[in-house]
Amino acid sequence: MMSYEFLVASAIGVLVAGGIYLTLRARTFQVVLGLTLFSYAVNLFLFASGRLVLDRPPIWEKGVTQYTDPLPQALVLTAIVITFGMTAFVVILALRSYLETGSDHVDGEKVPCSGDELSAGKGE
Amino acid sequence: MSLLQHLPILPIAVPALAAPITLLLMRRHPAWATGVSFVSGFVMLACALALLRLAGDGQIHVYALGEWIAPFGIVLVADRLAAIMLLLAASLSLIALLHAVVTGADRKGWHFHPLFQFQMMGLNGAFLTGDLFNLFVFFEVLLIASYGLLLHGQGSPRLKAGVQYVVVNLVGSSLFLIALGLLYALTGTLNMADMGLRVAEIAPADQGLLRIAALLLASVFAIKAAVVPLHLWLPRTYDVATPAVAALFAIMTKVGVYSLIRVVPQVFGEGAGAAAWAPAPFLWPAALITAAVGFAGVFAARSLSEQAAYAVIGSTGTLLIAVAGWQQATLAAALYYLVHSTLAGAALFLVADVIARRRGGANDNTAPASDFADRQWTGLMFMAAAVAASGLPPLSGFIGKLLILQSATALPDWGWAWGVILVTTLVGVIGFARAGSAVFWKAAAHGGATPPAPAPRADLAAPLIALALLAALSAGAGWASAYAGAAAGEVLDPAVAARAVLGERAP
Repeated sequence: MMSYEFLVASAIGVLVAGGIYLTLRARTFQVVLGLTLFSYAVNLFLFASGRLVLDRPPIWEKGVTQYTDPLPQALVLTAIVITFGMTAFVVILALRSYLETGSDHVDGEKVPCSGDELSAGKGE
Repeated sequence: MSLLQHLPILPIAVPALAAPITLLLMRRHPAWATGVSFVSGFVMLACALALLRLAGDGQIHVYALGEWIAPFGIVLVADRLAAIMLLLAASLSLIALLHAVVTGADRKGWHFHPLFQFQMMGLNGAFLTGDLFNLFVFFEVLLIASYGLLLHGQGSPRLKAGVQYVVVNLVGSSLFLIALGLLYALTGTLNMADMGLRVAEIAPADQGLLRIAALLLASVFAIKAAVVPLHLWLPRTYDVATPAVAALFAIMTKVGVYSLIRVVPQVFGEGAGAAAWAPAPFLWPAALITAAVGFAGVFAARSLSEQAAYAVIGSTGTLLIAVAGWQQATLAAALYYLVHSTLAGAALFLVADVIARRRGGANDNTAPASDFADRQWTGLMFMAAAVAASGLPPLSGFIGKLLILQSATALPDWGWAWGVILVTTLVGVIGFARAGSAVFWKAAAHGGATPPAPAPRADLAAPLIALALLAALSAGAGWASAYAGAAAGEVLDPAVAARAVLGERAP
């Protein structure tokens, strides 16, 4: 039986791993996807920072001893809003950069895609 | 409540109100929008001066937003350090704004003034807040505005640099959130003063996590401060930014340094057990290498704006050498040098722009070109800015570096600090002299592009004001360094801040 903690921890780990891998890629679309995965992982992590508790009310009231911390949820909400805006911005920025420079490489270099390499017959 | 009690919120509220007003006015009445922008700048300057005076009595002024008491609500903390930073930001913003308006840079897009105001709101908020998550939010505000300002004027080089800048900072923001999550999980609070008290009670088993949080947080601030090896985003970004914007960005790296100065002693100070001063052993060598790399870049730069960008990196390195000592004397020297190096960096960017505008096609490349208008005056201004940036007398860079060298003798590894600062100063002087002689003394063998006809000299005003402020900083060095010393004392005594923020709940 898989514990709740293990599930959340491994989900965060997999998301971070995928996010880092994609963020280090050379093309802006993959970088944007990587940043998105990374931010999902961060949101889950922030959520877990209030400890993982099941079936508890989020708001403290008199007489209740078991409750879940509502603050991380507020923090996650803030983080989600900021990340959402930033993702929208970075998508438009990447698109403008591609249309203006003719390259979707993060360094702005004209590197042929792998498909172009095959058709042009010059691999590395 | 009187207006005086609301003083700490004004540096955040004024630009937040001015931004939408300028946004609405820009289409129909651009001159009015410019006026609102200037009024906002002067109000911020007045508030900063008032806070400087208010904080000068040694009392820490705490402003509880919505009367929610700390640690449950968000507080603004106006102490001497915050007042210094606010004054620096307000003066720099007026200089940058003046240059943007005089050179017409603010008319190249619709949104210069609103973005500029939001940038100021983010900066002022970051300097004032006493809450770590709120610091993250203000970081985001200033970063989002800086993305827009960087792209102001458009063009493919700006878009290319913009993508890198945005991606680096988004990764930085994610790391910031992870560090915040760790700290909240460990201490159960986000108020910096409260956190500083609670780290002492963390179980020994969790000390490792606290160390990780400390190092992650320090890495995030190091990205903002462009500390080697996290500096690679800076030269290209600052090189392509509109010069007035680059001048304002001179304070952006100092936000990272400010955050280190604010957070490390308060949260990861003596009481933090295994995590006490955790970032210090990494910061020291990184600062030495940053100074070396920055001034090597000054030597190797191919254009004056690129040179200014590397000078910003080098000065951050010099600054962090002093910060990494974590003693009152070194921190006082660091605060004095922080103010100086921000103004000097801005002056370099503005002088580079003034020269580029007069040289036409040759731009600000450090290659000989045909004769251009105002060669003597711009040459003198470049020399003054270079003297300031490299740290020669009589400008304040010399006093700043002297204070750092003097205070560093108390550190165990002071030989490294002396060696690196003195050698990098020499390298910087040679680099600036080389660029200056190529631009001002050598005439191109072949004609090249003809420079534009002499233009009005109004654009010399902003860099001259920056240089005048540097001269004033060196004339008033006694008062300024005494104030910086008192500010450093406040920063290194977190118990006083905790009493001011938490009231009777502090021990």
